[in-house]
Amino acid sequence: MDGVVIPLLLPLAAWPLTRLAAGAPPRLAVWLLTSAAVTLASASTAALAVLTVAGLSLLPPVAQFGEWSPQDLRGMDIASVPWEIVSGAVLGLVLVSTGISVQRKHRWLRGVMRTIASTAESTELVVLADAPPVAFAVPFHGGRIVVSQAMLAALTPGERCALLTHERAHLRHRHHVFLILVSLAASLNLLLWPLRSAVAFQVERWADEVTCARVGDRRLVASAVGKAALAARTTGAPLALAATGGSVPRRVAALLDTRPRRPGWRFATVTGAMLAIAITAWSAQASVEAAADLHTRIEAASLSHHHAHRSDGVIGERPDAQAATRAHLQ
Amino acid sequence: MTRRFRRPRRQPGELETEVLAALWGEGRPMTATEVQESVDTELAYTTVVTILTRLHDKGSLTRAKQGRSFAYAPVEDEAGLAARRMRTLLDTQPNRAQVLARFVSNLSATDERTLKSLLRDAGQE
Repeated sequence: MDGVVIPLLLPLAAWPLTRLAAGAPPRLAVWLLTSAAVTLASASTAALAVLTVAGLSLLPPVAQFGEWSPQDLRGMDIASVPWEIVSGAVLGLVLVSTGISVQRKHRWLRGVMRTIASTAESTELVVLADAPPVAFAVPFHGGRIVVSQAMLAALTPGERCALLTHERAHLRHRHHVFLILVSLAASLNLLLWPLRSAVAFQVERWADEVTCARVGDRRLVASAVGKAALAARTTGAPLALAATGGSVPRRVAALLDTRPRRPGWRFATVTGAMLAIAITAWSAQASVEAAADLHTRIEAASLSHHHAHRSDGVIGERPDAQAATRAHLQ
Repeated sequence: MTRRFRRPRRQPGELETEVLAALWGEGRPMTATEVQESVDTELAYTTVVTILTRLHDKGSLTRAKQGRSFAYAPVEDEAGLAARRMRTLLDTQPNRAQVLARFVSNLSATDERTLKSLLRDAGQE
């Protein structure tokens, strides 16, 4: 029982990771946070599944089907009925809500792609006339950059170049893969939610840094990001987005900061990486161990079930069958 | 205030994007020379003309004779239609930031003040 709970709660230990990763180079931070999130989510889902299977194995029809005795399983520490009912319910909820969210996002993306296709142009850039200032990259069908005219008009030629380079960086470095993975992980385990917003932020930082390297002017990139955010603000976009809180000022500050990285960043990054590896390894090991344990118990229960039945003479055909085969061969 | 910045090396498709972005951003018909000035002064004039012609052939641009050369402007119909559809889509998905990487997220009032002072300080340096 105790071992199985570890993967369910370990995502809490991953929260400090978001702090530690803040000082790391964005690319490393994105990789670290995403791989931690994916492993932790898989391990916690596996742990829920182990608990649910343990619970199901106690049900007489299931035991009969698998040919083991539920009495033998009842004694094992993993099988505590209230816990298993709860985890079964949680697993069901998590899988259903993840399924719904995946389906909803898929449908929405398909709508976006269809709209882009309706512009019927073979250009990389899709301009939206008469729309609030927005800019985003659509990673499918060769990659398109969608920008509204209002956004383009708010920027100088140099800033426009920075914006387009930033969006291309998203496409080239496949940032959508990280965003999709981490959001899937967060919907499988709600405790991973802080990692999702951390990755979303670091992905923007990553694209900002790529843009700086290509354009060669950090201040230009900073003013492009800042002006774009101020332009987008005036249009009363949906409130839900405000929850991302302060990510634009932090990006601009990072772009304008010409001082070398804070002295502790290397230490923080190494600590973060080690923490991530330790947490994910522990989590994976705990869920594998729990699954192996359950398997052994069921095997044992199934063996003793067979023995019991054989001595009762219920499954007694086997020696008869062997005798029949022998007779046939002779 | 003109800033010196390096134009990244681009592929043909990317140049098309920059030219289109310039025309939409300036919001007025522009000649090849004006586009060249806006996009990249180091770009060959003939390259700009080639790109403008290609975009015109694709139906992304209209052009009108202006003196001895053409003035180009973006075609708005399709972009307007796409914008209306996209606007509906953007409104129906409050969590779109989860799916697509957007250039900027929304600002709170505090963010706005911080941002303005950051940009002001940067401008004074």
